[in-house]
Amino acid sequence: MARAVTTQHKTIATAAAWIVALLIFFPILYTIITSFKSEQEAIQGFNLIPSGTFESYSEVQQQSGYFKFFFNSVLLSVGSTILALIVAVPAAWSMAFSPSKRTKDILMWMLSTKMMPAVAVLFPIYLIFRDSGLLDSRIGLTVMLMLINLPIVVWMLYTYFREIPGEILEAARMDGASLWNEIIYVLTPMAVPGIASTMLLNIILAWNEAFWTIRLTTTNAAPLTAFISSFSSPQGLFWAKLSAASTLAIAPILIMGWFSQKQLVRGLTFGAVK
Amino acid sequence: MKLRTLTLGLLSASALAFAAHAESITIATVNNGDMVRMQKLTDDFTKANPDIQLNWVTLEENVLRERVTTDIATKGGQYDVMTIGTYEVPIWAKQSWLLPLDKLGDDYDVKDIIPAIAGGLSVDGKLYAAPFYGESSFVMYRKDLMEKAGLKMPDAPTWEFIKQAADKMTDRANGVNGVCLRGKAGWGENMAFLTAMSNSFGARWFDENWKPQFDQPEWKNTLQFYVDLMKADGPEGASSNGFNENLALFQQGKCGMWIDATVAASFVSDPKASQVADKVGYALAPDNGLGKRGNWLWAWSLAIPAGTQKADAAEKFVSWATSKHYAELVASKEGWANVPPGTRSSLYANPEYQKAAPFAKMTLDSINAADPTHPTVKPVPYVGVQFVAIPEFQGLGTTVGQLFSAALAGQSSVDDALKQAQDAATAAMTEGGYIK
Repeated sequence: MARAVTTQHKTIATAAAWIVALLIFFPILYTIITSFKSEQEAIQGFNLIPSGTFESYSEVQQQSGYFKFFFNSVLLSVGSTILALIVAVPAAWSMAFSPSKRTKDILMWMLSTKMMPAVAVLFPIYLIFRDSGLLDSRIGLTVMLMLINLPIVVWMLYTYFREIPGEILEAARMDGASLWNEIIYVLTPMAVPGIASTMLLNIILAWNEAFWTIRLTTTNAAPLTAFISSFSSPQGLFWAKLSAASTLAIAPILIMGWFSQKQLVRGLTFGAVK
Repeated sequence: MKLRTLTLGLLSASALAFAAHAESITIATVNNGDMVRMQKLTDDFTKANPDIQLNWVTLEENVLRERVTTDIATKGGQYDVMTIGTYEVPIWAKQSWLLPLDKLGDDYDVKDIIPAIAGGLSVDGKLYAAPFYGESSFVMYRKDLMEKAGLKMPDAPTWEFIKQAADKMTDRANGVNGVCLRGKAGWGENMAFLTAMSNSFGARWFDENWKPQFDQPEWKNTLQFYVDLMKADGPEGASSNGFNENLALFQQGKCGMWIDATVAASFVSDPKASQVADKVGYALAPDNGLGKRGNWLWAWSLAIPAGTQKADAAEKFVSWATSKHYAELVASKEGWANVPPGTRSSLYANPEYQKAAPFAKMTLDSINAADPTHPTVKPVPYVGVQFVAIPEFQGLGTTVGQLFSAALAGQSSVDDALKQAQDAATAAMTEGGYIK
């Protein structure tokens, strides 16, 4: 009897999970469906079965050229993530294993930079970029994306590192490992799942960042966010084209997320169930 | 073999030298049908000007506005040509942010630009932006529903007639709303419509001394009429409808009448997109017998920021994109109905255009009926028909738009909305130093 209840519970829980997942995923699904409709179909109210035309995709490609934007998105998201890790791994290491009295305050301060709306610093940042010739440059934007995601990267790594027992590192030190050997051969292998999920999350955040990537670029460095934005129109209904552009823009990250979901979930819940 | 290598080397070197010589200009623009068409036709320009390369940046209107404003105010120099509207041109020209367009070429024929449009883009007699397409607003209505209601739309209807027709056409059981009007908050959304409408009710934003006028009976009449009309005959959730939402409703046959931009005519009459394409009639924007109609005036125009290093190439492009030659080019490739409307008198004198665009005369009449320097019945200290061309207007217009949108949604009364609008406008004008 008890067994039957458990099965029933399981079924209900599974169904509920599917419903919630579908609700969350539905906007993306509908965007994908709409991208295979004609413009007239797209505005004709709710309809889950498209006519299956590729018209919007070919028009979108013709009008804007997807690959230039795609290349920039890859470069910016991967570049900024690597840069962020180079800075954040040592920072998180020092905070986790040799904390000072002010470590907590520093962590809080880093996080507080995320609390201000980005638009508040638009003008200062724009002027700095203008004067250093970084407007519409990939390098400038990579650094910018690194900086805005750095607090999250440091925080995540700090949380993972704290889970690693300091005694192991001490043992390595006793065996005569230098600081770098300790970080590279002892800490990093143990923290790989944490670093990997931080990396994945940061790539997603950088890929989707739409404030600075639109405002600090024009043509050379413009990533996929600018590509989507160019299909949003105040006068005229181009929903199918907009959906096609959005689908093209989210597809790579969606596929990447699908393949790495195990690491992502593991990383995100790391330390939560202790 | 050696000779071939040498020739190839020389050829690539000369190609490189040529590429280095080519000047590239960056054009910021919005994503609408006419602008997208222009991007497709630029081969014509680059063939005639092989030393100029064109880079396009297409953005959503609000993002574009923010981007170009940031760039021009900081002299960032990211753009060589900007697509801006009649609101920005007078303000930016006065700040010396734009270059005057005085080298458009001998065959450009500046005098051919429709005077109402040219006036809105000039400061002290100098043209600071060339109009790419111009628009006013008018009534689009369903001829079949009007007939069913036993009424005939006059060429120049009154607001009273619109109300009467809307009441009769409304058939909510069958999903037909008598009238669809903008309700979404924003200075370029509901306030464009309501400010233009208020002109025909004799209202104004400010008196000659910049004192806000929302406490005057004219505004009360305007807003009360609008809210009552929309409650009785408007679509559900009208307070979140802008141009695109109403366009979708009208194209699906859910509106008896729609008062909005003249540029919408080409969308609602397009059989590929509209289910009611063959049933649409046009009339001038309504009035109240006070001598002013409720129509606006807008022109998406190409301007050159003062910070550009490539002014000559930019002006060549502006001249090409807004020329008579460009109109002919579009006509030859895509037909006369697709030529950008509302900028040149010669287009409206062209019999082929008149034949291809049944809304041509009404568009021209609407544009001519708008006067940005005397927008309403009483005198005003500002320029602009559906806006007030001062820098403070974007913020203030949107605040007032939110208040009026709330009144439409029934979240506040008309009196409360007007009182709060008066307070907001007084505060903004005091802060801006217009009043003490």
